[in-house]
Amino acid sequence: MASLWEYANPRKFMTVSAAILPWVWGLAAVCLIGGLVWGFFFTPDDFRQGSTVKIIYVHVPAAIMAVNAWFMMLVTSLIWLIRRHHVSALAAKAAAPVGMIFTLIALATGAIWGQPMWGTWWEWDPRLTSFLILFLFYLGYIALWEAVENPDAAADLTSVLCLVGSVFAVISRYALVFWNQGLHQGATLSLDAEQNIADVFWYPLITALAGFGFLFLALVLYRTRTEIRARRLKALIAQERMA
Amino acid sequence: MPDLGQYAVEVLSAYAVTIVPLVAIVILSVWKARRTRTRLSNVEARRGKST
Repeated sequence: MASLWEYANPRKFMTVSAAILPWVWGLAAVCLIGGLVWGFFFTPDDFRQGSTVKIIYVHVPAAIMAVNAWFMMLVTSLIWLIRRHHVSALAAKAAAPVGMIFTLIALATGAIWGQPMWGTWWEWDPRLTSFLILFLFYLGYIALWEAVENPDAAADLTSVLCLVGSVFAVISRYALVFWNQGLHQGATLSLDAEQNIADVFWYPLITALAGFGFLFLALVLYRTRTEIRARRLKALIAQERMA
Repeated sequence: MPDLGQYAVEVLSAYAVTIVPLVAIVILSVWKARRTRTRLSNVEARRGKST
């Protein structure tokens, strides 16, 4: 029976990712464009929020993926620390800029939405504050990879940083459970159907969320392939210099 | 274009700050991938000629 650890082999990863990437790109395009077009053009205004409710189709998926991207980096970092699979460390490195972009989008769209609805661009609310800290952790993670010369040492240090930053990813996700206060509203998506938003908003939101998810997957696979090639390039250049 | 009313600027700018960075990261990723692939091909070709 095939083991999941086979894909830790760079050659195997390159072969499999080459085969599935076109499909993932395609799903990302269909779901993202479909969800955003559906939400922007074909949904009604909210009775309280007016047309600003349309911001939900970019803000919520970006925020969800910002946290999920960090959790993916956490898993791959732990795999690196425990099993020393280079592909895993490189996948975390590849994911970080994408997660950072999602976090930035969530912060920016949240501020834009907050101004007309709450009368403020920003509030030191538990969820918003932990999200800002998560963004800073993304910046620090990316900078640390670039700052350390030895790639294995960089992978070790960034993995530890990822473990520490996971505290803020958890707080971002569950702030409203931990602190029963703050400006930010409760969960938009819930396993309890009674708590969810109306179906007319729900279905395009889920479609947009799927689009963000597939886009993240496509970018991580694509960028990990680049990181694997870059690692091989660096090794070959080092061999040339020694010869 | 739907009638966005008094919130047109907010809604459109929210979509702009979403789409522009997403397009940018895709373009940057493709550019970096092509550059790395080209450099790797050149080095591998050099090694192929020297062996």
